[in-house]
Amino acid sequence: MKVRKQHTWRTAFIKSIPILCSYLFVGMAYGMTMENAGFHWYYSLLISITVYTGAFQFVLITLLSSGASILTIALTALLMNSRQSFYALTFLDEFKRMGKKKLYMIHTMTDETYAVNCSLDEKEPDRHEVMFKVAILSKSYWVIAAVIGGMLGQLIPFDLTGIDFCMTALFVIIFVDQWEQASSHVPAIVGAITSVVCLLIVGAQYFLLPSLILASGILIIWNRRQEAA
Amino acid sequence: MRTEYILVAVAVSAVITFGLRAFPFALFGGSRKMPEMIVKLGKVLPATIMAVLIVYCVKDSLDNVIGIGIPKLIAILTVAGSYRWKHNTFVSIAVGTLLYMILLHMV
Repeated sequence: MKVRKQHTWRTAFIKSIPILCSYLFVGMAYGMTMENAGFHWYYSLLISITVYTGAFQFVLITLLSSGASILTIALTALLMNSRQSFYALTFLDEFKRMGKKKLYMIHTMTDETYAVNCSLDEKEPDRHEVMFKVAILSKSYWVIAAVIGGMLGQLIPFDLTGIDFCMTALFVIIFVDQWEQASSHVPAIVGAITSVVCLLIVGAQYFLLPSLILASGILIIWNRRQEAA
Repeated sequence: MRTEYILVAVAVSAVITFGLRAFPFALFGGSRKMPEMIVKLGKVLPATIMAVLIVYCVKDSLDNVIGIGIPKLIAILTVAGSYRWKHNTFVSIAVGTLLYMILLHMV
């Protein structure tokens, strides 16, 4: 039992290393930006624990500093985070079978943990345990980094610009993996085309949601056609 | 700035974010069976979402093609190429990220 537990922690840690690289530096940058805007580390701690979503947390700093209305904050959260509703679709059945851990799995579903969960071996016997531990580790990285960033303020010994590329690299690797295993490349191509088209039309800030809605619509039709064929 | 305002804003943000993540579970939760259409969509979505997330990561390339766009393109091709060749996740991530950081300093 103990050996098995160690095994799942080990697997979860290894799988979460790209998230570690990304969250550590982006999280610290968040804590520092918060501190500069006049929000001490305990606010970074509170927001990182309760909200826990990268890009929106940065936007929230601007919103809070400018004293935006609660309605504006609510709408921005709705627009920026609605993409994450789509992530649940892949893991609906699995999370349902995780009992008490379900709520925690839902709360911790970010772009990055979704990607890592997609990359886990389907045959891994302790799959759910690994997913749960990836969730715990990832959130810890983010929260700890945000607090450290807040405490350090502006002090950073060397230039780490670009280190967050490790997350892009992970997305690329999972993309290649799925490309090699897929029986059809249509889903990947649909994702690429709809997102580029939406980026050009809607702009960088809000293109994720329309891309996902459009892609889902196309894929539902495509699935039906395949059945009919 | 009032503490009360910040706390309400944080609470609202947290509830909305959780609600969005939980929304499909509320729709298809409990003993209700998920429609076949959604099950199938959930299965093909990972490939779609990875493509969308990669585009999301390069979205700032158009603002600064030489400074950001080209370094990102080179680094992404390096990651994809090295991964197809050796299938080693860590080597590809490390090489790609280091290369990107070096390219950023060069331009």
